Amino acid sequence: MIKSELIARLAEKNPHLYQRDIERIVGCIFDEITAALARGDRVELRGFGAFSVKERPARTGRNPRTGDAVSVAQKFVPFFKTGKELRESLNGGAHPDDDHEDEHEA
Amino acid sequence: MAGNTVTRAQLSEAVYQEVGLSRNESADLVESVLGHIVESLSKGDSVKISSFGSFHVRSKGGRIGRNPKTGEEVPIQPRKVLIFRASHVLKERINAALTSIRAVKPQS
Repeated sequence: MIKSELIARLAEKNPHLYQRDIERIVGCIFDEITAALARGDRVELRGFGAFSVKERPARTGRNPRTGDAVSVAQKFVPFFKTGKELRESLNGGAHPDDDHEDEHEA
Repeated sequence: MAGNTVTRAQLSEAVYQEVGLSRNESADLVESVLGHIVESLSKGDSVKISSFGSFHVRSKGGRIGRNPKTGEEVPIQPRKVLIFRASHVLKERINAALTSIRAVKPQS
């Protein structure tokens, strides 16, 4: 499913709304998540998952071909951790006894 | 890192501000956006949101794991996991914003 298909599905379920408004709503949700991450905030959507930003410190890397040392600047990477309910529904809703890592999460 | 947590409440508020819908309906729409994504992923389909990122379902085979505390062997069942790949646009926005902030206040 791509964004336009998501919009089409929402439009089908919400015939009282203009397609244009649904496009704005969908855009607004992802913009809001993006803006939060750009502030360094975390976005926690229970049952779905949590978006956060992880810092990768500056380091000295190497060009694998030449072996030259190159400095790699500090950077920030977006990270998503799947929520418990979503993880369970990916696995048919059952509770796969795979991990016990986190009792307290999104 | 950093302080605040954004939840459904803030997303609904943003939708409420953006379009002239009631707060309730805004909240319902946020919920149905997430619901449609979950539904697609549960069917094993990928979800791609341009300029944001994509979600893919990956199947992992079963294996023998080990309880790191007790050393006990535990079978790990085959399962499906979700992979999120951020788009370049998202990565660039985050880096452009945070690199400049962090330059001013180094630790969070």
